[in-house]
Amino acid sequence: MNRLASRLPAIVEQHQQEILTEWVRLQLESGSWRAGRLQESQLRDESQRFLALLVSNIHKGMQFDARNSQWSEIREFLADLSRSRATQGFSPSQVATFVFSLKQPIFTRLRTSLLNEPEALADGMWETTLLLDSLGLYTTEVYQQARESVIARQQEELIELSTPVVELWPGILALPLIGTLDSERTQVVMETLLQRLVATGSSIAVIDITGVPTVDTLVAQHLLKTVSAAQLMGADCIISGIRPQIAQTIVHLGIDLSAVATKASLSDAFALALKRRGLTVTGSATGAARG
Amino acid sequence: MSIEPTTLPVRSGEDVVRVRQAVRTLAMDLGFSLVDQTKVITAASELARNTLTYGGGGEVRIERLNDGPKRAGVRLTFEDRGPGISNIDLALTDGFTTGNGLGLGLNGARKLSHEFDIWSQPGVGTRVTITRWK
Repeated sequence: MNRLASRLPAIVEQHQQEILTEWVRLQLESGSWRAGRLQESQLRDESQRFLALLVSNIHKGMQFDARNSQWSEIREFLADLSRSRATQGFSPSQVATFVFSLKQPIFTRLRTSLLNEPEALADGMWETTLLLDSLGLYTTEVYQQARESVIARQQEELIELSTPVVELWPGILALPLIGTLDSERTQVVMETLLQRLVATGSSIAVIDITGVPTVDTLVAQHLLKTVSAAQLMGADCIISGIRPQIAQTIVHLGIDLSAVATKASLSDAFALALKRRGLTVTGSATGAARG
Repeated sequence: MSIEPTTLPVRSGEDVVRVRQAVRTLAMDLGFSLVDQTKVITAASELARNTLTYGGGGEVRIERLNDGPKRAGVRLTFEDRGPGISNIDLALTDGFTTGNGLGLGLNGARKLSHEFDIWSQPGVGTRVTITRWK
């Protein structure tokens, strides 16, 4: 393909206006642009800018390379387009179609310009296909990267968020567990609790499992390990939030929780923790008078 | 949910969560009480994790049973092509484990179910079927 200078850049540049008109007409006709909340004027504007960038770039070379600074303008334009279309509700394939749909108008121009040169025509079509395919796929890549970074961030946030250790009272910590206790999270839970026990100098930890939907042997094992680790550090653990159905299931499974103090509710566990610390709660005189 | 049985893969920790959710949806749909729901979900969780940890992954078939107008139930069949269990009686003994679990899961799943059936052949695989009626 290098034996002859490519005819593609010159033809596209010469017929830029016709190609643009045809491309926009095709996109409007197909109706796929309506999938999102895109304005017709915006579609025209974006098409014009992309074609202009393409024309100025294909003079310098036909191989799209995302890492090459030569393509940086086009790369940024497509990345912006992909992100904005994603937020407008377009699917990745609809975003890529924006680029792919440029093929037909370019092919038409090539055909009329190279009517008597079948070899140059085939070369030109092949070059167009290669270039637009790689550009179209790039939009999909950006779309996917954006999604993946969102998912990764949410996962990290979830792991952090779901294991807060709160101080109920000086010396009394509470660990409200919510959701599935898979092994990765349990590790985080255990570490957070042990660190906070040291940091706050607490002697009692209440582990509340009200928000854990299923307590099977693995969850029980994780709980027991956390409790024994806390005990090794000189802290007492109370497990609260044992609902009736969980209690029955634990008994059927034959899990022995007798070594740990357990309570049905967090408030019961808190009362027990206060008692162990030698504290009592009394109503104030004004409060008692009111009520 | 359709009457047709569904088959779910058990190949990762997330699959175990998905199995629990599917069993929960079915049990709720059949009008299981909260205690019965929790029992069958917990049994499913134990067996799914066994399939994953000891069987090297497999699949579960979730069936809705309608035996007469008043008798509805859930039947779960866990199947893997793992190393199998050479001594089933020993495996059903509380506290026995070849891994580092509590050794209560398999027998616990039996106690949480109304019907329990286990088939296993060393080198071929393991199949555990449990049924819980409403």
